[in-house]
Amino acid sequence: MKKMKLVLVGNGMAGIRTLEELLKIAPDLYDITVFGAEPHPNYNRILLSPVLAGEQTLDEIVLNPLSWYEEHGITLHLGKKVVDIDRRKRVVKAEDGTEAEYDRLLLCTGSNPFILPVPGKELAGVIAYRDISDTNTMIEAAATYQHAVVIGGGLLGLEAANGLMLRGMRVTVVHVMPWLMERQLDDVSGKLLQKSLEDRGIAFRIGAHTQALIGDKDGRVMAVQFKDGTEIPADLVVMAAGIRPNTALAEKIGLHCNRGIVVDDTMQTVTDPRIYSVGECAAHRGIAYGLVAPLFEQGKVCATHLAHFGIGRYQGSLTSTKLKVTGIDLFSAGNFMGGDECEEIVMSDPYGGVYKKLVIKDDKLVGACMYGDTVDGSWYFKLLREGRKIADIRDKLMFGESNIGDTGHEGHSRAASMSDNDEVCGCNGVNKGTICKAIKEKGLFTLEEVKKHTKASASCGSCTGLVEQLLMFTAGGDYSKPPTKKAMCGCTDASHQDAREAIKADHLLTIDSVYKALGWRTPNGCSSCRPAVNYYLISTWPKEAKDDPQSRFINERSHANIQKDGTYSVIPRMWGGETSAAELRRIADAVDKYKVPTVKVTGGQRIDLLGVKKEDLVNIWKDIGMPSGHAYAKALRTVKTCVGSEWCRFGTQDSTQMGKDLERAMWRMYAPHKVKFAVSGCPRNCAESGIKDVGIIGVDSGWEMYVGGNGGIKTEVAHFFVKLKTAAEVLEYTGAFCQLYREEGWYLERTVHYISRVGLDYVKKRILEDAPGRKALWERLQFALDGEPDPWFEFDKAAVDTRQFAPVGAV
Amino acid sequence: MSTWKSICAVTDIPVLGARRVERARGGAIAIFRNTEDKVFALLDRCPHKGGPLSQGIVFGESVACPLHNWTIGLADGCARAPDQGCTQRFSVRIDNGVVHLDLDELNSIALDEAQATS
Repeated sequence: MKKMKLVLVGNGMAGIRTLEELLKIAPDLYDITVFGAEPHPNYNRILLSPVLAGEQTLDEIVLNPLSWYEEHGITLHLGKKVVDIDRRKRVVKAEDGTEAEYDRLLLCTGSNPFILPVPGKELAGVIAYRDISDTNTMIEAAATYQHAVVIGGGLLGLEAANGLMLRGMRVTVVHVMPWLMERQLDDVSGKLLQKSLEDRGIAFRIGAHTQALIGDKDGRVMAVQFKDGTEIPADLVVMAAGIRPNTALAEKIGLHCNRGIVVDDTMQTVTDPRIYSVGECAAHRGIAYGLVAPLFEQGKVCATHLAHFGIGRYQGSLTSTKLKVTGIDLFSAGNFMGGDECEEIVMSDPYGGVYKKLVIKDDKLVGACMYGDTVDGSWYFKLLREGRKIADIRDKLMFGESNIGDTGHEGHSRAASMSDNDEVCGCNGVNKGTICKAIKEKGLFTLEEVKKHTKASASCGSCTGLVEQLLMFTAGGDYSKPPTKKAMCGCTDASHQDAREAIKADHLLTIDSVYKALGWRTPNGCSSCRPAVNYYLISTWPKEAKDDPQSRFINERSHANIQKDGTYSVIPRMWGGETSAAELRRIADAVDKYKVPTVKVTGGQRIDLLGVKKEDLVNIWKDIGMPSGHAYAKALRTVKTCVGSEWCRFGTQDSTQMGKDLERAMWRMYAPHKVKFAVSGCPRNCAESGIKDVGIIGVDSGWEMYVGGNGGIKTEVAHFFVKLKTAAEVLEYTGAFCQLYREEGWYLERTVHYISRVGLDYVKKRILEDAPGRKALWERLQFALDGEPDPWFEFDKAAVDTRQFAPVGAV
Repeated sequence: MSTWKSICAVTDIPVLGARRVERARGGAIAIFRNTEDKVFALLDRCPHKGGPLSQGIVFGESVACPLHNWTIGLADGCARAPDQGCTQRFSVRIDNGVVHLDLDELNSIALDEAQATS
């Protein structure tokens, strides 16, 4: 079959990103032709400011070198401006006469700078700030001339002013509005910004109306004149008073434009179904975005439609802003001005140069504006996008994420001041220099890409915040914001929540049917999505959906923990941490018989046999004759107990018995991630109930129940949940809580993360305030666990493929 | 001309799974089977830290190493970008549903590899 033809008009970041996404999912679908008006391959326009400031070179900001186009067989027409398109014959025509036919057309013409309509705007030395050629003009001017005037005190204008100042010019910024960056900052932070730029040597004319540009006898600009009659000298005038979507071509060929080329949620133009548009020129639901994160989201959606997958929908973006002027930290997002029905929390220290304002409406964060201390910008932005209720963290909101303890950001404010040798990712030993280098050299934009290329934040994830900050510092502020709805993995656009909901709503029972229903791009998923989908199936439809061992990680397939040398560890279950002489004797005999090199007492009050060969597993389980401890599984692991009232002179409750009862009721319980319980017999809490998924503490009048604790990557103290009177209640409430987590948690999400996602109030509503609902949850858990096999002994029932324990055909 | 040694039936390998073939000399070999009943053979040793690939999750024409989740191509034995490195691949022939490996390769490739324990 002949390939279809795709023509891209506009060789910029939005268009090329769309092509990259397209090539990922349908590499051979189209013959691709690209027209670019500039004589350069795709470069990172956002980094023009650091180039102007002399912090980076032009070569460093090229995103796709010419070889990339060659590699993908793309025909590239550089320096050829497209001037007409014949929509009937489907032909694109460039200024020099080059033509290209298309089946699908992608218009990414970007935007034009807005040039003030004042006399003298055509003088030499008057330029906009938009592309490499403007940047070069400025760099050259800075070498010859002295006075620069930047018209426009917005993001771009200030970055231009800073760059010119660093290149030795005397710079005045003219701004017609009452404070700088009025679209991103409120008056207080705008003035703080002005002061700190003034300290660096930039002059300002705030509220000044430019009337005319005055030229010298050679036709070069020499001064800027204001409405009040005053003048200031100017050898270079940079117009940075905003941008307008570049729709000239689209309008010429009759596409409907209204503040941009009007597109629908699939990025298809509303006028011509063969034509798509992405980027600054496209108007989606009335908004033309000028920041890179939304453009990339659009590109991703557009690519799925170009590839005939037709699954993505772009539904608009929330944006945030960061100024790329080294040493100045500001951040804003959402409705930072506040207004009717909004509440504001403000912290202001003008002398210390720190200002933070949070705008809250209906118990949700709707806007943030920060100056001087922007460490928590990405966190606030996350809260904003998620629309999470904040009542429970409101008192600490202003002090940032480290005071809430959500994801573990040890040392997170240090991103900028860290040295290149400082370690960022402790799991994989990746330092700051390596990460920054990869971001710059490989043109990485997202956390996912950084993870892939450097392995930073790819293991435990506790340095995620830090890596995001490095992305912000290195690549610019508006990158890297993962969308609210995160795809499970590269195989699909569906999120964990989408998968869970589809399985439940459509009564899906097999992995294949899930992949089909949600349009997976790969035939059998990958090592990341398949285990998740398998868990969702068996947890949603117990006794109906069949467990697929080949979709489980090796530990859950061989029911032992794989070690670094390929041997396994075996941890038998010891109910409540109690054992007996007979059990210890059998363990000792097995250690001798199978020459187990290491025997270790675990933190969970059990005994770990390390270094067992895979072919010995079945026999060692049999010889020991104790139940599986599930120490290898995303399941209930240990129930740690103290000795309790039976022996302890302080004990108020029989914690050991309570622990044994809990363990016997809930062992073999698979869950989104591992689950640990503890029961202490008095408030001295010797079993460490405060850092367990469910912690029970006996008091004289009953039991206190705590949830969502975690002793792992970042220690999380469990939340007090409820006080209960009887052991039967402890079982019911614990079971109901676990079942809620099993039904709603995302794969690999611990209870602490589940609770922080849905809110403790929601969990309380489901368990504490809804008695019939709680009983139903507890019953569903008992139904799921009833007859659940012990995988160490009931191989058939537990779907254990015993062939794995013996090699084949030795040679 | 190659001499083909019969190893096991294709059906002895779980779909989207693997089996291990021990050798008297040299590292063990992992034989994989995917949903299309294609069979692949690699040295059972991840190029990263030597993890047993036979214990990984198989998908498409790849396997994810159980130790650190590197993705290794089953056809070429090479890590998927951005990771780098390759493990030895072995020729496979299927005859009447029986998997065969090349005896010359078995007796010559990766003989110095330490025998992994599992």
